[in-house]
Amino acid sequence: MADTSRDAAYVRQGMIGQRTPPVADRGAIRWLRENLFSSPLNAILTILGALAVWYMLSGLVPWLLRSVWDADSLAECRAIVQQRYGEGVTGACWAMVRARWHQYIFGFYPPALYWRPVLAFALMFFAIAPLLFADNRRARLILLSAVTVLGGGALFGVVYGVAPRLLGAPVESGWLPWALSAALIGLLGLAAFRPRAFLGFVALYPVIAYWLLWGGSVWGPVCVLLGFVLLALVYRLLSPHLGAAAGAGAAVVAAVVWWLALQGYVSGPLQAALPAALESVNSDRFGGFLLSITIGVTAIAGSLPLSILLALGRQSDMLIVKTLSVGFIEFIRGVPLITLLFTASLLLQYFLPPRTNFDIILRVIILVTLFAAAYLAEVIRGGLAALPRGQYEAADSLGLDYWRAQRLIIMPQALKISIPGIVSTFIGLFKDTTLVSLVGLLDPLRGVTSVVRADIAWKGIYWEPYILVGTLFFVICFGMSRYSMALERRLQTDHR
Amino acid sequence: MAMATEAPKDRFRLSMLVYDTRYRAVTIQVIVLVLVLMGLSWLFNNTVQNLALKDRDFNFGFLWNRAGYDIGQALIPYTNNDPHFRALLVGLVNTLVLAFFACLGATVLGVVAGVLRLSRNWLVARLMTVYVEVFRNIPLLLWILLTYVFLTETRPQPRDFRGEDPAATMWLDGSMVVTNRATNIPGPLFENGLGSVPALGLNVSLNFLAILAVVAASIWANRIVLWRARRIQEDTGRRPTTWWQSLLILFGPVTALLWALGFHLEYPELRGFNFAGGIALDHAFTAMFVALSIYTGAFIAEIVRAGIQAISRGQTEAAYALGLRPGWTTRLIILPQALRVIIPPLISQYLNITKNTSLGIAVGYLDLRGTLGGITLNQTGRELESMLLMMAIYLTISLIISAVINVYNSRIQLKER
Repeated sequence: MADTSRDAAYVRQGMIGQRTPPVADRGAIRWLRENLFSSPLNAILTILGALAVWYMLSGLVPWLLRSVWDADSLAECRAIVQQRYGEGVTGACWAMVRARWHQYIFGFYPPALYWRPVLAFALMFFAIAPLLFADNRRARLILLSAVTVLGGGALFGVVYGVAPRLLGAPVESGWLPWALSAALIGLLGLAAFRPRAFLGFVALYPVIAYWLLWGGSVWGPVCVLLGFVLLALVYRLLSPHLGAAAGAGAAVVAAVVWWLALQGYVSGPLQAALPAALESVNSDRFGGFLLSITIGVTAIAGSLPLSILLALGRQSDMLIVKTLSVGFIEFIRGVPLITLLFTASLLLQYFLPPRTNFDIILRVIILVTLFAAAYLAEVIRGGLAALPRGQYEAADSLGLDYWRAQRLIIMPQALKISIPGIVSTFIGLFKDTTLVSLVGLLDPLRGVTSVVRADIAWKGIYWEPYILVGTLFFVICFGMSRYSMALERRLQTDHR
Repeated sequence: MAMATEAPKDRFRLSMLVYDTRYRAVTIQVIVLVLVLMGLSWLFNNTVQNLALKDRDFNFGFLWNRAGYDIGQALIPYTNNDPHFRALLVGLVNTLVLAFFACLGATVLGVVAGVLRLSRNWLVARLMTVYVEVFRNIPLLLWILLTYVFLTETRPQPRDFRGEDPAATMWLDGSMVVTNRATNIPGPLFENGLGSVPALGLNVSLNFLAILAVVAASIWANRIVLWRARRIQEDTGRRPTTWWQSLLILFGPVTALLWALGFHLEYPELRGFNFAGGIALDHAFTAMFVALSIYTGAFIAEIVRAGIQAISRGQTEAAYALGLRPGWTTRLIILPQALRVIIPPLISQYLNITKNTSLGIAVGYLDLRGTLGGITLNQTGRELESMLLMMAIYLTISLIISAVINVYNSRIQLKER
């Protein structure tokens, strides 16, 4: 029987050599067929898509290729384009960016003092590096080295290049960039070799940044900082005797008393005895991305702790605490941010004691912080709700008290779950900083652009400023969203 | 015999307020309540003092004073002799109209973009990714300003359309035109219309009421037809063809009514220095509508994509195993489950749109924020009253929308255990 099958005519005797697949099923053609023309509908979509891309690029690319960088006004830009490429042709006029970029970055900050925001910005990366790359020393150091190099370069640039050009005279303190670059390098060394001591700098950063940006006597910010030291000290001393809650309450009371009542009597004499001050800069000089980043970063830093408290309050069993949290969150989420900003600019004068008048940027920051905190609280509440009940019970059965359980078991997991929501709230918050233009601050999008467009030289320019600002916002926001995706991957501990 | 000992009854001691978890909650809440009340009364006291210092009172009487300003886009009858309250209503209507159309536009864009982003077509999927990322990461205000500036500064002037050889031409065979002043589109006109009746201070057009009534009746009749078809199908296993009946019932009466009313479109035409006839859409409205639609559309696209991806592949396979065709699978299996995921965040995007309409102030769109919180506030100087009233109105709208979300959520919640 075995032989018959071998001899049968229908059984193949030899193997056929391998052939290449048909043309339609390999290489680029196969890819095209699978990805672009797999069905009639897809073919139509592809053609429509290609037409859309062609339409956009055919408008944009020649316009960009015909850019003019060197001109004094929009009319001159247009004349140069027409002269080079013929009548009726349009081209981008980046000369505006060249002439006005400093306003987009710094607003009306005095050019001689540009080094201060630059330094504060560079130091910001030093302050957040331990948070951004908590477990990756290499990435941290690479980031900080890059910041040191770029920040040092920028310091030299603003002191020797930008400021003299804008002021028409060299800046007096020519030694500054050297000293500050040395300081940055020193800080880099500290971050590399003494990470624990470096954390001290992180704690000091808010005070340093405030002092650099607004200037004035150093003793004011130092005294504010002393309030926090007092708070920590009182808590340390009292909490073993009174318990955590009462200790914290007493500490807060002590700090508030210090800030409201005592601080003023200390900082004045200190300034008289040891004068140390930077030239003070008024809030109305702030503008451009300096303003956006100041408001954005402060509000981000402030809203996270506040939102955790609000989320815990909303999840709490205590009726009054819960009602207050819900009321606050729903109120803030129910009204547009603009109305809150107008509250900051118009209504706070009613709600505060007569004749108090404090800084408009600070008022806006407080309202933006509250706004972001309400949204974040809902995001974090989602994270808390997603946590399995067993985690709470496990924490209880280990004998942890409420705050320890939150700190060690619940919050790390809940925050990890909520990372995408938290970061997208931060992105929304940063984008919303443009709304401060509606209360008269000089944000880059509407404020500075309207200043530029009010200039007779640049009247009628519209694509270029919006492309500039839009690109910068895109880079920052897109960067944040990519970072959050990377963070999510890094913190992933489940086995999916 | 062992005595059954009862747990010793703790007598209440003051220290238990701090150390005993049963009482500590009460202590904390009382402290919090006292602090909050103190804070509130401090704010209230300051306000009273400030009002006294400025020699002001707190009352809403100014709402009945003459407004004295004009509103370009007034969908309810309004003249500058009407009181501020009327201006407020006009603003509120403008807010709601803008929000409604922007929600519609954003939903259409978002659903298309979200579905196409999942397409197997490489080019289209990439294009949609670019759309979503670009629009999500750039502030809404930029899109509003850019659209507005584009419309007001680059579009031709009305006089460019004049003459034998005009510099610009109208679109869609002369039915639509975008000048630097407004967007003109055709408007409905009734030759032998029914007129209108005043009701609730508005002029309600009887034509539209009649059309509305007929459409509602048609839809109701169509449902009866479908219901009967379904009953026959359940009884005999054979479904009668109903599509032509549906078509007739849905479109027949409306067409007849429109014909009877003498319905036709009125096209815009150049008269004097500007276009007249049809509907003139203010550029502020168009810019807000376009910007809100494309910006929120990007967010909705992500919601739709997430919703579709949330349905596990096994659901589709199970449907195929049951013998359902792809179209039926989408309709009966995928969509009902995906909508459960999509709709709550979708409604919260609608809420965002409603709140973002307040950005209209940047381009001078007179919505609630522009009338009550803008011109009325500046004219009367009643900052406190205007702002509080405006916040209350926005809050009411938001709470209504959240209530809708909550009702929907509780209705669609998976019933398990």
